[in-house]
Amino acid sequence: MNIHQFEVIVVGAGGAGLMAGLYASRTASTAVISKLYPTRSHTGAAQGGIGAALGNLEEDHPEWHTFDTVKGSDYLGDQDAIEFMCEEAIDAILELEHMGLPFDRTPDGKISQRPFGGHTNNLTGKPVRRAAHAADRTGHMILQTLYQQCLKNNVKFYDEFQVVDLLIKDGRTVGAVALDMATGELHVFHGKTVIIATGGHGRMWEITSNAYAYSGDGAAITWRRGIPLEDMEFFQFHPTGIYKLGILITEGVRGEGGILFNGKGERFMTKYAPTVKDLASRDVISRAMYIEIRDGNGINGSNYLYLDVRPEVVNKYAALDGRTNPDGSPINVTADELLHKLPDIVDFNRVYLGIDPMTQPMPIQPTAHYTMGGIPTNMYGEVVIDEKNTVFPGLYAAGEVACVSIHGANRLGTNSLLDLVVFGKYAGLRAAEYARGVDYGSLPDDPEGFAREQFDRIRNGSGKENAFTIGREMKKVMFDDVGVFRTEEGMKRALAKIGELRERFKQVGVKDTGRIFNTEVINAWELGNLLDLAEVVTYSALNRTESRGGHARDDYAKRDDVNWLKHTFIWPDNGKFRIAYKPVVITKYQPKERVY
Amino acid sequence: MQVTLKVFRFNPEVDKKWHYETYVIEAQLTDRVLDLLEYVKGYIDGTLSFRRSCAHGVCGSDALRVNGLNRLACKTLVRDVGDKITVDPIMGLKVIKDLIVDMDPFFDNYKKILPYFINESPIPADGRERLQSPEQRERFDDTTKCILCACCTTSCPSFWGSDDYLGPAALVTAHRFIFDSRDEAAADRLQIVAETSGLVRCHTVYNCTLACPREIQVTVAIGELKRAVMTGKVD
Repeated sequence: MNIHQFEVIVVGAGGAGLMAGLYASRTASTAVISKLYPTRSHTGAAQGGIGAALGNLEEDHPEWHTFDTVKGSDYLGDQDAIEFMCEEAIDAILELEHMGLPFDRTPDGKISQRPFGGHTNNLTGKPVRRAAHAADRTGHMILQTLYQQCLKNNVKFYDEFQVVDLLIKDGRTVGAVALDMATGELHVFHGKTVIIATGGHGRMWEITSNAYAYSGDGAAITWRRGIPLEDMEFFQFHPTGIYKLGILITEGVRGEGGILFNGKGERFMTKYAPTVKDLASRDVISRAMYIEIRDGNGINGSNYLYLDVRPEVVNKYAALDGRTNPDGSPINVTADELLHKLPDIVDFNRVYLGIDPMTQPMPIQPTAHYTMGGIPTNMYGEVVIDEKNTVFPGLYAAGEVACVSIHGANRLGTNSLLDLVVFGKYAGLRAAEYARGVDYGSLPDDPEGFAREQFDRIRNGSGKENAFTIGREMKKVMFDDVGVFRTEEGMKRALAKIGELRERFKQVGVKDTGRIFNTEVINAWELGNLLDLAEVVTYSALNRTESRGGHARDDYAKRDDVNWLKHTFIWPDNGKFRIAYKPVVITKYQPKERVY
Repeated sequence: MQVTLKVFRFNPEVDKKWHYETYVIEAQLTDRVLDLLEYVKGYIDGTLSFRRSCAHGVCGSDALRVNGLNRLACKTLVRDVGDKITVDPIMGLKVIKDLIVDMDPFFDNYKKILPYFINESPIPADGRERLQSPEQRERFDDTTKCILCACCTTSCPSFWGSDDYLGPAALVTAHRFIFDSRDEAAADRLQIVAETSGLVRCHTVYNCTLACPREIQVTVAIGELKRAVMTGKVD
């Protein structure tokens, strides 16, 4: 048996995992295991910016950021945690700068900031420049910078190790099991603590901005060990994915003045969000787009709309809206300037669509984007296992896989990168601190057993079913029936379908019987994770009989604070589910109607 | 339309020698080469092995040779390469299985150039950011785009000759830090790139620049490093 011993075991090497690894490794022996080379992690796909009330270009305050996040969450976010994150945000961004992150600059040399959806001046309600950015590759720069700092600090990496199980004994965390993809061997990582930072599960939908890697591994392995999941009904559909492909077009395009149009050439967001219009929250815009398309207002009657960032359009609507540069001068951008601020967006359009967004509008549709729910934690990254906030010893989670909850029912743009660095850091600090005070627990008998069993089943499957076919069917039913708009009828259909697919999954076989880089077996195992989580998502969504944030139901169209101002906790229960509820933490902001 | 996809295959647990497999599949002009590989893996031969993740050209997992040129499979469309497509692993790194190569020598080279921001001076007294003008920031903008996919390094004849050559990707990262006004270790890095495993191995073939899926002007960046080494000045 291959056994490694570390005080802190970080699973996942995106922004949260790297931040956790960086901080934990200062005082505790730490390993970061990741199925991808760290620089391949999906943090690198984040584009537009990271939010903090630096106030570099105009007045801004952490309290405004806090309120915007609470409102963006449709009042489901826990306000103590949100306040904590928004207070920490300024130091977090400055720390990234001190680590060398190449933010874009203002004329006076400070970190540049741009407007983003849902971020406002709380006095005027108008968009505020809060998103610190590095062109349209802010996530790429965060990922690179954190990985580089980990190298500088000699953090120990196990690259291309696929995590496959969490080890628990006597009510505490004792490690994780991972598959070395290059050899096919299982490795036991015996630890005092485990930090799960594996990202989301957005690959369960047909049109998605998410990487293949986003198969919900961390949430699936903890779920199988009886750890609950929180608010799984809440998933974000980003309004602007490239038509059919789902590739993300950053909200930064609208931050730079881009406008959404329907097939009649109307700027339809004025109807749905009269004040901030195209910079409303993502859930609001995605729903507006669905309604426009449903009403036959798609481009040429089809199921897509236009995002237009041609300079003449940007300038025209900036003048109409009364938006100006920070110095009060009229906005008059050129194609060159926009190209410089949004180079990757221009590149994606050219490569995948053969169009130039400086002379043509971009065809877009909502795309599955972000997991708001996840493994429940408190604001220090400690995993809690019930509605009473009981901490599970030695287990931590951070980033998209975790549910603190700061994003509540809908995440604001730029808050995911912020979430990674703030809660990744605290998870790392807390884990290292906890590790100092305890001995290594003893490993369970046959620690690899449960993982081996899962992989043997796939390796020895009958082959009556094809994993790719099952995956396609899952993605289709989730996109059609558990997408932007939901109904009881559709979700019941989806639940039945997922149940059928989970049964059929047992008959999946593989052709590749080898050990070395057997990605066929790994992909099948990942599909199993998505199927398990798809059932949890759908069950949770069916259970919540209201509309809030990213969870919008035709049959329960209103938010219902009397009955549903609470978090869903869900556990596996002998093949069924058990649900309980946790109250939302409300400090300063009483729920009110959400208008943009 | 029908596409003929010829793919380099090598399974170390079975094969003594590599060979090509040919798959004739239905495709659309807008399909990515990665989509074709996924189709083959999903429906024709699950043993076909390759790396991928983001599928839109930002993670750097799926660098391959497509019709002889280094490309990202997810950023190369059928309409770019036609209906006869040959896919090989990138060169100069040992093939492990099919299209998967051993990336360790590549990352080892990266690690040699001190690939991290170094500034041991105290941060500003108010705790705020170190200032940098937009012009200073622009100076190294191009080389911050690198995603470490290895398209450049594995297109370089000098690297094919010997993988102890740092290679273009490591040099690009060296440039990113050397020309960053906030970084203090330019002299150390210039010394590293001036060694025999560094800049002198670049013979300005331009393969790297042509191969870069991020359109980084790699040869220009290397030229700037050469000039800095010769003049002892970074400007």
